[in-house]
Amino acid sequence: MSQHILTICYLIGSITFIIGLKMLSNPASARKGNLIAAAGMSIAILGTIFLFTYDENGTVHHLGNYIWIFAALLIGSIIGTLSAKKVQMTAMPEMVSLFNGMGGACAALISIVEFNHLSKSLGASPTTEMIHHAQPTTLIIVLGLIIGSVSFAGSMIAWGKLNGKVKDFSFTGQNILNIIVLASALATAVYLIFNPQQHSLLYVILGLSVFYGVFFVMPIGGADMPVVISLLNSFTGVAAACGGFLYDNKVMLTGGILVGAAGTLLTILMCKAMNRSLKNVLIGSFGANAKSTSAAGIQGDHKEISLSDAAMVMSYANKVLIVPGYGLAVAQAQHTCHELEKILTDKGVEVKYAIHPVAGRMPGHMNVLLAEADVSYDILLEMEQANDEFATTDVVLILGANDVVNPAAKSDPASPIYGMPILDVQLAKTVIVNKRSMKPGYAGIENELFFKPKTSMLFGDAKKVLQDLCAEIKNA
Amino acid sequence: MQQFLQFITQNQEIFYTVILMIFVGIEIIEKVPSVLHTPLMSGANAIHGVVIIGAIIVMGKAEQDNYLAIALGFIAVLLGTLNVVGGFVVTDRMLEMFKKKK
Repeated sequence: MSQHILTICYLIGSITFIIGLKMLSNPASARKGNLIAAAGMSIAILGTIFLFTYDENGTVHHLGNYIWIFAALLIGSIIGTLSAKKVQMTAMPEMVSLFNGMGGACAALISIVEFNHLSKSLGASPTTEMIHHAQPTTLIIVLGLIIGSVSFAGSMIAWGKLNGKVKDFSFTGQNILNIIVLASALATAVYLIFNPQQHSLLYVILGLSVFYGVFFVMPIGGADMPVVISLLNSFTGVAAACGGFLYDNKVMLTGGILVGAAGTLLTILMCKAMNRSLKNVLIGSFGANAKSTSAAGIQGDHKEISLSDAAMVMSYANKVLIVPGYGLAVAQAQHTCHELEKILTDKGVEVKYAIHPVAGRMPGHMNVLLAEADVSYDILLEMEQANDEFATTDVVLILGANDVVNPAAKSDPASPIYGMPILDVQLAKTVIVNKRSMKPGYAGIENELFFKPKTSMLFGDAKKVLQDLCAEIKNA
Repeated sequence: MQQFLQFITQNQEIFYTVILMIFVGIEIIEKVPSVLHTPLMSGANAIHGVVIIGAIIVMGKAEQDNYLAIALGFIAVLLGTLNVVGGFVVTDRMLEMFKKKK
Protein backbone atom coordinates (compact mmCIF):
# COMPACT_ATOMS: atom_id res chain seq x y z
CA MET A 1 0.00 0.00 0.00
CA SER A 2 2.59 2.53 1.11
CA GLN A 3 4.53 1.77 -2.05
CA HIS A 4 1.61 2.88 -4.21
CA ILE A 5 1.21 6.08 -2.25
CA LEU A 6 4.91 6.76 -2.80
CA THR A 7 4.44 6.26 -6.54
CA ILE A 8 1.69 8.88 -6.45
CA CYS A 9 3.93 11.23 -4.45
CA TYR A 10 6.60 10.90 -7.14
CA LEU A 11 4.04 11.42 -9.88
CA ILE A 12 2.88 14.61 -8.20
CA GLY A 13 6.53 15.68 -7.87
CA SER A 14 7.23 15.18 -11.57
CA ILE A 15 4.10 17.03 -12.64
CA THR A 16 4.77 19.99 -10.35
CA PHE A 17 8.32 20.28 -11.73
CA ILE A 18 7.01 20.54 -15.28
CA ILE A 19 4.19 22.93 -14.37
CA GLY A 20 6.52 24.92 -12.13
CA LEU A 21 9.12 25.43 -14.85
CA LYS A 22 6.39 26.31 -17.33
CA MET A 23 4.96 28.95 -14.97
CA LEU A 24 8.44 30.27 -14.29
CA SER A 25 8.61 31.32 -17.91
CA ASN A 26 5.86 33.91 -17.52
CA PRO A 27 6.35 37.00 -15.31
CA ALA A 28 2.78 36.90 -14.03
CA SER A 29 2.86 33.31 -12.82
CA ALA A 30 6.56 32.85 -12.09
CA ARG A 31 6.41 33.17 -8.32
CA LYS A 32 3.52 30.75 -8.04
CA GLY A 33 5.35 28.31 -10.30
CA ASN A 34 8.34 28.32 -8.01
CA LEU A 35 6.15 27.63 -4.98
CA ILE A 36 4.35 24.80 -6.79
CA ALA A 37 7.65 23.13 -7.66
CA ALA A 38 8.79 23.58 -4.05
CA ALA A 39 5.59 21.98 -2.78
CA GLY A 40 6.01 19.04 -5.14
CA MET A 41 9.60 18.65 -3.99
CA SER A 42 8.51 18.54 -0.34
CA ILE A 43 5.92 15.86 -1.10
CA ALA A 44 8.51 13.76 -2.92
CA ILE A 45 11.07 14.15 -0.11
CA LEU A 46 8.64 13.38 2.73
CA GLY A 47 7.22 10.47 0.74
CA THR A 48 10.70 9.01 0.35
CA ILE A 49 11.52 9.32 4.03
CA PHE A 50 8.36 7.66 5.32
CA LEU A 51 7.19 5.36 2.53
CA PHE A 52 10.30 4.14 0.73
CA THR A 53 10.86 0.41 1.09
CA TYR A 54 13.57 -1.83 -0.28
CA ASP A 55 14.10 -5.52 -0.56
CA GLU A 56 17.11 -7.17 1.07
CA ASN A 57 17.53 -10.93 1.34
CA GLY A 58 13.83 -11.43 0.82
CA THR A 59 12.61 -9.13 3.61
CA VAL A 60 11.16 -5.69 3.03
CA HIS A 61 12.83 -2.88 4.95
CA HIS A 62 11.89 0.71 5.65
CA LEU A 63 14.59 3.33 5.68
CA GLY A 64 16.49 3.76 8.93
CA ASN A 65 18.79 6.36 10.46
CA TYR A 66 15.91 8.83 10.84
CA ILE A 67 17.79 10.90 13.38
CA TRP A 68 20.65 11.47 10.98
CA ILE A 69 18.33 12.21 8.07
CA PHE A 70 16.30 14.76 10.00
CA ALA A 71 19.40 16.35 11.51
CA ALA A 72 20.87 16.85 8.04
CA LEU A 73 17.56 18.15 6.67
CA LEU A 74 17.17 20.57 9.56
CA ILE A 75 20.73 21.93 9.45
CA GLY A 76 20.60 22.21 5.65
CA SER A 77 17.26 24.03 5.72
CA ILE A 78 18.42 26.53 8.30
CA ILE A 79 21.71 27.32 6.58
CA GLY A 80 20.07 27.36 3.16
CA THR A 81 17.24 29.69 4.17
CA LEU A 82 19.48 32.08 6.08
CA SER A 83 22.10 32.39 3.36
CA ALA A 84 19.46 32.75 0.65
CA LYS A 85 17.63 35.45 2.64
CA LYS A 86 20.73 37.39 3.51
CA VAL A 87 22.48 37.43 0.15
CA GLN A 88 22.75 40.77 -1.64
CA MET A 89 20.81 41.05 -4.88
CA THR A 90 24.04 41.72 -6.76
CA ALA A 91 25.48 38.45 -5.45
CA MET A 92 22.60 36.28 -6.70
CA PRO A 93 24.57 34.60 -9.49
CA GLU A 94 27.25 33.52 -7.01
CA MET A 95 24.60 32.06 -4.76
CA VAL A 96 23.04 30.07 -7.59
CA SER A 97 26.48 28.74 -8.48
CA LEU A 98 27.17 27.74 -4.88
CA PHE A 99 23.86 25.88 -4.49
CA ASN A 100 24.44 24.20 -7.84
CA GLY A 101 27.81 22.96 -6.62
CA MET A 102 26.13 21.48 -3.53
CA GLY A 103 23.81 19.48 -5.76
CA GLY A 104 26.74 18.23 -7.82
CA ALA A 105 28.64 17.17 -4.71
CA CYS A 106 25.53 15.39 -3.43
CA ALA A 107 25.31 13.36 -6.65
CA ALA A 108 29.02 12.49 -6.47
CA LEU A 109 28.72 11.32 -2.85
CA ILE A 110 25.76 9.09 -3.72
CA SER A 111 27.89 7.47 -6.41
CA ILE A 112 30.77 6.85 -3.99
CA VAL A 113 28.56 5.19 -1.38
CA GLU A 114 26.67 3.13 -3.94
CA PHE A 115 29.91 1.96 -5.52
CA ASN A 116 31.31 0.85 -2.18
CA HIS A 117 28.08 -1.03 -1.64
CA LEU A 118 28.33 -2.65 -5.04
CA SER A 119 31.99 -3.66 -4.74
CA LYS A 120 31.27 -5.16 -1.32
CA SER A 121 28.55 -7.34 -2.81
CA LEU A 122 30.89 -8.38 -5.63
CA GLY A 123 33.64 -9.47 -3.26
CA ALA A 124 37.36 -9.67 -4.02
CA SER A 125 37.18 -12.02 -6.99
CA PRO A 126 33.85 -11.78 -8.77
CA THR A 127 32.95 -14.19 -11.54
CA THR A 128 32.67 -12.93 -15.10
CA GLU A 129 28.95 -13.35 -14.93
CA MET A 130 28.70 -11.18 -11.82
CA ILE A 131 30.79 -8.49 -13.49
CA HIS A 132 28.61 -8.58 -16.57
CA HIS A 133 25.56 -8.27 -14.44
CA ALA A 134 26.96 -5.28 -12.56
CA GLN A 135 28.18 -3.41 -15.62
CA PRO A 136 25.14 -1.19 -16.30
CA THR A 137 25.00 -0.18 -12.64
CA THR A 138 28.71 0.59 -12.58
CA LEU A 139 28.35 2.68 -15.72
CA ILE A 140 25.59 4.79 -14.17
CA ILE A 141 27.46 5.17 -10.88
CA VAL A 142 30.65 6.28 -12.62
CA LEU A 143 28.75 8.70 -14.89
CA GLY A 144 27.04 10.24 -11.88
CA LEU A 145 30.40 10.59 -10.16
CA ILE A 146 32.16 12.25 -13.10
CA ILE A 147 29.35 14.65 -13.96
CA GLY A 148 28.59 15.46 -10.33
CA SER A 149 32.17 16.19 -9.35
CA VAL A 150 32.92 18.24 -12.48
CA SER A 151 29.80 20.26 -11.70
CA PHE A 152 30.83 20.67 -8.07
CA ALA A 153 34.42 21.72 -8.77
CA GLY A 154 33.42 23.98 -11.66
CA SER A 155 30.68 25.68 -9.64
CA MET A 156 33.03 26.37 -6.76
CA ILE A 157 35.51 28.03 -9.11
CA ALA A 158 32.70 29.99 -10.78
CA TRP A 159 31.51 31.09 -7.34
CA GLY A 160 35.04 32.16 -6.39
CA LYS A 161 35.45 34.06 -9.64
CA LEU A 162 32.20 35.97 -9.29
CA ASN A 163 32.99 37.15 -5.79
CA GLY A 164 36.53 37.97 -6.80
CA LYS A 165 38.35 35.38 -4.72
CA VAL A 166 39.64 33.42 -7.72
CA LYS A 167 41.48 35.19 -10.51
CA ASP A 168 41.55 34.15 -14.17
CA PHE A 169 44.32 31.69 -14.72
CA SER A 170 45.43 30.11 -17.96
CA PHE A 171 48.60 28.81 -19.55
CA THR A 172 49.57 27.59 -22.98
CA GLY A 173 48.43 24.10 -23.70
CA GLN A 174 45.75 24.26 -21.03
CA ASN A 175 43.05 23.10 -23.42
CA ILE A 176 45.16 20.11 -24.41
CA LEU A 177 45.84 19.30 -20.75
CA ASN A 178 42.10 19.55 -20.02
CA ILE A 179 41.29 17.15 -22.82
CA ILE A 180 43.96 14.71 -21.60
CA VAL A 181 42.60 14.85 -18.04
CA LEU A 182 39.02 14.29 -19.18
CA ALA A 183 40.10 11.48 -21.50
CA SER A 184 42.04 9.74 -18.71
CA ALA A 185 39.04 10.05 -16.40
CA LEU A 186 36.84 8.43 -19.04
CA ALA A 187 39.43 5.75 -19.85
CA THR A 188 39.78 4.88 -16.16
CA ALA A 189 35.99 4.74 -15.96
CA VAL A 190 35.80 2.28 -18.85
CA TYR A 191 38.52 0.14 -17.25
CA LEU A 192 36.65 0.16 -13.95
CA ILE A 193 33.42 -0.94 -15.61
CA PHE A 194 35.18 -4.05 -16.89
CA ASN A 195 37.21 -4.58 -13.70
CA PRO A 196 34.93 -3.45 -10.86
CA GLN A 197 37.05 -5.28 -8.27
CA GLN A 198 39.72 -2.54 -8.66
CA HIS A 199 37.55 -0.33 -6.48
CA SER A 200 40.20 2.21 -5.48
CA LEU A 201 40.21 3.41 -9.09
CA LEU A 202 36.96 5.17 -8.27
CA TYR A 203 38.94 7.74 -6.29
CA VAL A 204 41.31 8.22 -9.23
CA ILE A 205 38.27 9.05 -11.36
CA LEU A 206 37.01 11.40 -8.65
CA GLY A 207 40.37 13.18 -8.49
CA LEU A 208 40.65 13.55 -12.25
CA SER A 209 37.07 14.84 -12.52
CA VAL A 210 37.58 17.46 -9.82
CA PHE A 211 40.83 18.51 -11.50
CA TYR A 212 39.03 18.78 -14.83
CA GLY A 213 36.21 20.83 -13.28
CA VAL A 214 38.69 23.30 -11.81
CA PHE A 215 40.80 23.75 -14.93
CA PHE A 216 37.80 23.82 -17.23
CA VAL A 217 36.37 26.93 -15.54
CA MET A 218 39.68 28.59 -14.55
CA PRO A 219 40.53 30.29 -17.88
CA ILE A 220 37.00 31.50 -18.62
CA GLY A 221 36.51 35.20 -18.00
CA GLY A 222 34.28 36.51 -15.20
CA ALA A 223 31.73 37.99 -17.59
CA ASP A 224 31.18 34.58 -19.19
CA MET A 225 30.42 32.94 -15.83
CA PRO A 226 26.62 33.08 -16.31
CA VAL A 227 26.95 30.85 -19.35
CA VAL A 228 29.22 28.49 -17.44
CA ILE A 229 26.90 28.37 -14.42
CA SER A 230 23.94 27.63 -16.66
CA LEU A 231 25.91 24.82 -18.31
CA LEU A 232 27.01 23.36 -14.96
CA ASN A 233 23.40 23.65 -13.83
CA SER A 234 22.34 21.35 -16.61
CA PHE A 235 25.27 19.01 -15.75
CA THR A 236 23.95 18.64 -12.22
CA GLY A 237 20.54 17.90 -13.71
CA VAL A 238 22.04 15.02 -15.67
CA ALA A 239 23.91 13.81 -12.57
CA ALA A 240 20.59 13.76 -10.68
CA ALA A 241 19.05 11.80 -13.54
CA CYS A 242 21.86 9.22 -13.20
CA GLY A 243 20.68 8.74 -9.63
CA GLY A 244 17.16 8.28 -10.96
CA PHE A 245 18.43 5.58 -13.31
CA LEU A 246 20.32 3.91 -10.48
CA TYR A 247 17.34 3.68 -8.12
CA ASP A 248 14.78 3.40 -10.90
CA ASN A 249 13.32 6.53 -9.35
CA LYS A 250 11.05 8.40 -11.74
CA VAL A 251 10.94 11.74 -9.97
CA MET A 252 14.74 12.01 -9.92
CA LEU A 253 14.90 10.91 -13.52
CA THR A 254 12.27 13.33 -14.83
CA GLY A 255 13.43 16.24 -12.67
CA GLY A 256 17.06 15.72 -13.63
CA ILE A 257 16.50 15.32 -17.35
CA LEU A 258 14.07 18.25 -17.38
CA VAL A 259 16.71 20.53 -15.88
CA GLY A 260 19.42 19.01 -18.06
CA ALA A 261 17.47 19.78 -21.24
CA ALA A 262 16.13 23.16 -20.16
CA GLY A 263 19.53 24.20 -18.79
CA THR A 264 21.28 23.30 -22.02
CA LEU A 265 18.80 25.32 -24.07
CA LEU A 266 19.08 28.25 -21.66
CA THR A 267 22.88 28.12 -22.04
CA ILE A 268 22.54 28.26 -25.81
CA LEU A 269 20.05 31.15 -25.59
CA MET A 270 22.51 33.10 -23.44
CA CYS A 271 25.33 32.51 -25.92
CA LYS A 272 23.06 33.59 -28.76
CA ALA A 273 22.28 36.87 -27.02
CA MET A 274 26.02 37.56 -27.00
CA ASN A 275 26.39 36.30 -30.56
CA ARG A 276 28.94 33.72 -29.54
CA SER A 277 28.99 30.00 -29.86
CA LEU A 278 29.25 27.84 -26.77
CA LYS A 279 32.54 26.47 -28.08
CA ASN A 280 33.89 29.98 -28.32
CA VAL A 281 32.96 30.71 -24.71
CA LEU A 282 34.46 27.49 -23.39
CA ILE A 283 37.62 27.18 -25.43
CA GLY A 284 38.43 30.41 -27.23
CA SER A 285 39.64 32.95 -24.73
CA PHE A 286 38.28 36.33 -25.69
CA GLY A 287 41.31 38.34 -24.64
CA ALA A 288 43.64 36.57 -27.06
CA ASN A 289 42.11 37.77 -30.30
CA ALA A 290 40.97 41.12 -28.92
CA LYS A 291 44.54 42.45 -28.80
CA SER A 292 44.93 42.42 -32.55
CA THR A 293 41.72 44.36 -33.10
CA SER A 294 42.35 47.01 -30.47
CA ALA A 295 45.75 47.61 -32.06
CA ALA A 296 43.89 48.91 -35.09
CA GLY A 297 42.37 51.24 -32.50
CA ILE A 298 40.10 54.18 -32.94
CA GLN A 299 41.84 57.49 -32.80
CA GLY A 300 40.17 60.57 -31.52
CA ASP A 301 39.30 62.62 -28.50
CA HIS A 302 36.51 62.08 -26.11
CA LYS A 303 34.60 64.93 -24.56
CA GLU A 304 33.84 65.21 -20.88
CA ILE A 305 30.76 66.77 -19.36
CA SER A 306 30.51 68.33 -15.92
CA LEU A 307 27.98 67.11 -13.36
CA SER A 308 26.00 70.31 -13.42
CA ASP A 309 25.82 70.32 -17.21
CA ALA A 310 24.67 66.70 -17.22
CA ALA A 311 22.04 67.53 -14.60
CA MET A 312 20.88 70.49 -16.65
CA VAL A 313 20.59 68.54 -19.91
CA MET A 314 18.61 65.82 -18.22
CA SER A 315 16.20 67.98 -16.28
CA TYR A 316 15.23 69.93 -19.41
CA ALA A 317 14.81 66.84 -21.57
CA ASN A 318 11.41 65.47 -22.57
CA LYS A 319 12.50 61.87 -22.55
CA VAL A 320 15.46 60.17 -20.89
CA LEU A 321 16.42 56.54 -21.45
CA ILE A 322 18.74 54.93 -18.92
CA VAL A 323 20.96 52.07 -20.11
CA PRO A 324 22.18 50.12 -17.07
CA GLY A 325 25.15 47.76 -17.30
CA TYR A 326 27.73 45.83 -15.35
CA GLY A 327 29.07 49.05 -13.77
CA LEU A 328 25.70 49.74 -12.13
CA ALA A 329 25.64 46.26 -10.60
CA VAL A 330 29.22 46.53 -9.33
CA ALA A 331 28.58 49.94 -7.76
CA GLN A 332 25.26 48.66 -6.29
CA ALA A 333 23.73 51.86 -7.57
CA GLN A 334 20.25 50.54 -8.36
CA HIS A 335 18.51 52.42 -5.52
CA THR A 336 20.21 55.70 -6.37
CA CYS A 337 19.29 55.12 -9.99
CA HIS A 338 15.64 54.75 -9.04
CA GLU A 339 15.88 57.93 -6.99
CA LEU A 340 17.21 59.83 -10.00
CA GLU A 341 14.36 58.41 -12.06
CA LYS A 342 11.81 59.63 -9.50
CA ILE A 343 13.31 63.12 -9.31
CA LEU A 344 13.29 63.43 -13.09
CA THR A 345 9.73 62.09 -13.33
CA ASP A 346 8.60 64.66 -10.76
CA LYS A 347 10.05 67.33 -13.03
CA GLY A 348 7.89 66.05 -15.87
CA VAL A 349 10.60 64.12 -17.71
CA GLU A 350 9.61 60.78 -19.17
CA VAL A 351 12.14 58.21 -17.89
CA LYS A 352 12.49 54.64 -19.08
CA TYR A 353 15.13 51.95 -18.92
CA ALA A 354 16.61 50.16 -21.93
CA ILE A 355 17.71 46.67 -20.99
CA HIS A 356 20.08 44.71 -23.19
CA PRO A 357 19.54 40.97 -22.77
CA VAL A 358 23.11 40.34 -21.61
CA ALA A 359 23.65 43.53 -19.60
CA GLY A 360 25.02 42.80 -16.15
CA ARG A 361 26.26 39.48 -14.98
CA MET A 362 23.41 37.32 -16.14
CA PRO A 363 20.58 37.68 -18.61
CA GLY A 364 17.76 39.35 -16.74
CA HIS A 365 20.13 40.43 -13.98
CA MET A 366 19.38 44.12 -14.58
CA ASN A 367 15.65 43.50 -14.27
CA VAL A 368 16.12 41.76 -10.96
CA LEU A 369 18.37 44.54 -9.68
CA LEU A 370 16.06 47.35 -10.74
CA ALA A 371 13.04 45.46 -9.44
CA GLU A 372 14.81 45.27 -6.07
CA ALA A 373 15.00 49.07 -6.11
CA ASP A 374 11.21 49.22 -6.72
CA VAL A 375 11.50 50.32 -10.34
CA SER A 376 8.17 49.62 -12.02
CA TYR A 377 8.14 46.68 -14.40
CA ASP A 378 6.30 48.77 -17.02
CA ILE A 379 9.16 51.16 -17.75
CA LEU A 380 11.77 48.47 -18.35
CA LEU A 381 12.10 48.19 -22.10
CA GLU A 382 13.53 45.13 -23.80
CA MET A 383 16.05 45.71 -26.56
CA GLU A 384 13.64 45.78 -29.52
CA GLN A 385 11.21 48.15 -27.80
CA ALA A 386 14.06 50.40 -26.70
CA ASN A 387 15.56 50.56 -30.19
CA ASP A 388 12.21 51.87 -31.46
CA GLU A 389 12.28 54.65 -28.89
CA PHE A 390 15.84 55.96 -29.13
CA ALA A 391 15.01 58.19 -32.12
CA THR A 392 12.52 60.16 -30.01
CA THR A 393 14.79 60.31 -26.98
CA ASP A 394 16.60 63.46 -25.89
CA VAL A 395 19.15 62.03 -23.49
CA VAL A 396 20.52 58.52 -23.12
CA LEU A 397 22.31 57.94 -19.83
CA ILE A 398 24.61 54.92 -20.00
CA LEU A 399 25.58 53.57 -16.59
CA GLY A 400 28.57 51.27 -16.78
CA ALA A 401 27.55 49.53 -19.99
CA ASN A 402 30.02 49.28 -22.85
CA ASP A 403 30.00 46.39 -25.29
CA VAL A 404 26.19 46.31 -25.49
CA VAL A 405 26.20 49.84 -26.98
CA ASN A 406 29.30 49.47 -29.16
CA PRO A 407 28.41 50.37 -32.76
CA ALA A 408 31.33 48.21 -33.97
CA ALA A 409 29.00 45.25 -33.53
CA LYS A 410 27.11 46.59 -36.55
CA SER A 411 29.75 48.35 -38.60
CA ASP A 412 33.07 46.53 -38.19
CA PRO A 413 33.15 42.91 -39.45
CA ALA A 414 36.64 42.52 -37.95
CA SER A 415 35.38 43.23 -34.45
CA PRO A 416 35.07 40.23 -32.11
CA ILE A 417 31.57 41.34 -31.17
CA TYR A 418 30.48 41.86 -34.79
CA GLY A 419 26.91 40.68 -35.25
CA MET A 420 25.89 41.00 -31.61
CA PRO A 421 22.58 42.86 -31.36
CA ILE A 422 23.14 46.19 -29.62
CA LEU A 423 21.16 49.11 -28.28
CA ASP A 424 21.14 51.86 -30.93
CA VAL A 425 21.83 54.68 -28.51
CA GLN A 426 23.29 56.83 -31.30
CA LEU A 427 19.80 57.54 -32.57
CA ALA A 428 19.17 59.73 -29.54
CA LYS A 429 20.00 63.45 -29.50
CA THR A 430 22.55 63.29 -26.68
CA VAL A 431 24.42 60.42 -25.11
CA ILE A 432 25.96 60.69 -21.64
CA VAL A 433 28.25 57.83 -20.68
CA ASN A 434 29.13 57.13 -17.07
CA LYS A 435 32.20 54.93 -16.69
CA ARG A 436 34.99 54.72 -14.21
CA SER A 437 37.67 55.35 -16.84
CA MET A 438 38.32 55.10 -20.58
CA LYS A 439 39.40 51.50 -20.13
CA PRO A 440 37.78 49.15 -22.64
CA GLY A 441 34.97 46.87 -21.47
CA TYR A 442 34.96 43.15 -21.07
CA ALA A 443 35.54 42.35 -24.73
CA GLY A 444 38.73 44.40 -24.56
CA ILE A 445 37.89 46.55 -27.54
CA GLU A 446 37.62 50.29 -27.99
CA ASN A 447 34.18 51.78 -28.33
CA GLU A 448 33.92 54.41 -31.04
CA LEU A 449 30.67 55.60 -29.48
CA PHE A 450 32.72 57.40 -26.82
CA PHE A 451 34.44 59.49 -29.49
CA LYS A 452 31.27 60.56 -31.32
CA PRO A 453 30.43 64.28 -31.24
CA LYS A 454 27.07 63.72 -29.53
CA THR A 455 28.62 61.64 -26.76
CA SER A 456 29.95 63.10 -23.55
CA MET A 457 31.73 61.21 -20.80
CA LEU A 458 30.91 61.51 -17.12
CA PHE A 459 33.65 59.68 -15.24
CA GLY A 460 33.27 58.18 -11.78
CA ASP A 461 31.74 55.41 -9.74
CA ALA A 462 28.12 54.95 -10.83
CA LYS A 463 26.67 55.34 -7.33
CA LYS A 464 28.66 58.46 -6.50
CA VAL A 465 27.84 60.08 -9.83
CA LEU A 466 24.13 59.29 -9.51
CA GLN A 467 24.01 60.71 -5.97
CA ASP A 468 25.67 63.90 -7.16
CA LEU A 469 23.31 64.10 -10.14
CA CYS A 470 20.29 63.76 -7.84
CA ALA A 471 21.59 66.54 -5.62
CA GLU A 472 22.30 68.80 -8.61
CA ILE A 473 18.88 68.27 -10.17
CA LYS A 474 17.09 68.87 -6.86
CA ASN A 475 18.92 72.16 -6.38
CA ALA A 476 18.43 73.32 -9.92
CA MET B 1 26.29 -6.68 -28.19
CA GLN B 2 23.58 -9.10 -27.13
CA GLN B 3 23.91 -7.79 -23.61
CA PHE B 4 23.72 -4.18 -24.70
CA LEU B 5 20.53 -4.75 -26.68
CA GLN B 6 19.06 -6.63 -23.78
CA PHE B 7 19.90 -3.70 -21.52
CA ILE B 8 17.98 -1.32 -23.79
CA THR B 9 14.96 -3.60 -23.94
CA GLN B 10 14.93 -4.07 -20.19
CA ASN B 11 15.13 -0.34 -19.56
CA GLN B 12 13.10 0.90 -22.50
CA GLU B 13 10.68 2.68 -20.20
CA ILE B 14 13.54 4.79 -18.86
CA PHE B 15 14.79 5.61 -22.34
CA TYR B 16 11.33 6.75 -23.37
CA THR B 17 11.05 8.90 -20.27
CA VAL B 18 14.44 10.48 -20.94
CA ILE B 19 13.65 11.30 -24.56
CA LEU B 20 10.22 12.73 -23.81
CA MET B 21 11.57 14.80 -20.91
CA ILE B 22 14.27 16.29 -23.13
CA PHE B 23 11.56 17.56 -25.47
CA VAL B 24 9.40 18.81 -22.61
CA GLY B 25 12.36 20.68 -21.12
CA ILE B 26 13.19 22.36 -24.40
CA GLU B 27 9.58 23.16 -25.20
CA ILE B 28 8.96 24.80 -21.83
CA ILE B 29 11.98 27.07 -21.94
CA GLU B 30 11.69 28.19 -25.52
CA LYS B 31 9.29 31.08 -24.98
CA VAL B 32 10.92 32.52 -21.89
CA PRO B 33 11.46 36.29 -22.07
CA SER B 34 15.07 37.19 -21.33
CA VAL B 35 14.03 39.14 -18.21
CA LEU B 36 13.22 35.83 -16.55
CA HIS B 37 16.43 34.02 -17.44
CA THR B 38 18.08 34.49 -14.06
CA PRO B 39 15.08 33.40 -11.94
CA LEU B 40 14.48 30.53 -14.33
CA MET B 41 18.06 29.31 -14.00
CA SER B 42 17.73 29.57 -10.27
CA GLY B 43 14.42 27.69 -10.26
CA ALA B 44 15.85 24.92 -12.43
CA ASN B 45 18.81 24.80 -10.04
CA ALA B 46 16.43 24.15 -7.15
CA ILE B 47 14.61 21.43 -9.08
CA HIS B 48 17.72 19.38 -9.77
CA GLY B 49 18.09 19.34 -6.00
CA VAL B 50 15.74 16.36 -6.33
CA VAL B 51 19.02 14.43 -6.19
CA ILE B 52 18.50 14.70 -2.41
CA ILE B 53 16.07 11.78 -2.70
CA GLY B 54 18.98 9.57 -3.71
CA ALA B 55 20.93 10.88 -0.73
CA ILE B 56 18.06 10.06 1.64
CA ILE B 57 17.88 6.53 0.24
CA VAL B 58 21.64 6.08 0.71
CA MET B 59 21.44 7.41 4.24
CA GLY B 60 18.40 5.33 5.16
CA LYS B 61 19.91 2.12 3.82
CA ALA B 62 23.27 2.51 5.57
CA GLU B 63 23.96 -0.12 8.21
CA GLN B 64 24.41 1.17 11.75
CA ASP B 65 28.07 0.14 11.85
CA ASN B 66 29.02 1.43 8.39
CA TYR B 67 30.38 4.76 9.57
CA LEU B 68 31.74 5.76 6.18
CA ALA B 69 28.35 5.34 4.51
CA ILE B 70 26.62 7.18 7.36
CA ALA B 71 29.10 10.06 7.26
CA LEU B 72 28.99 10.42 3.47
CA GLY B 73 25.23 10.02 3.44
CA PHE B 74 24.83 12.67 6.10
CA ILE B 75 26.94 15.13 4.12
CA ALA B 76 25.04 14.25 0.94
CA VAL B 77 21.64 14.89 2.56
CA LEU B 78 22.95 18.14 4.03
CA LEU B 79 24.30 19.40 0.69
CA GLY B 80 21.16 18.28 -1.13
CA THR B 81 19.00 20.19 1.36
CA LEU B 82 21.10 23.31 0.81
CA ASN B 83 20.54 22.93 -2.93
CA VAL B 84 16.77 22.49 -2.58
CA VAL B 85 15.93 24.94 0.18
CA GLY B 86 18.47 27.59 -0.79
CA GLY B 87 17.49 27.28 -4.44
CA PHE B 88 13.77 27.76 -3.90
CA VAL B 89 14.23 30.58 -1.37
CA VAL B 90 16.62 32.52 -3.63
CA THR B 91 14.27 32.11 -6.57
CA ASP B 92 11.34 33.29 -4.48
CA ARG B 93 13.31 36.33 -3.37
CA MET B 94 14.11 37.25 -6.95
CA LEU B 95 10.51 36.80 -8.09
CA GLU B 96 9.08 38.70 -5.15
CA MET B 97 10.54 41.79 -6.78
CA PHE B 98 8.76 41.26 -10.05
CA LYS B 99 5.45 42.33 -8.60
CA LYS B 100 3.82 44.95 -10.75
CA LYS B 101 3.88 48.33 -9.09
CA LYS B 102 1.10 50.74 -9.68
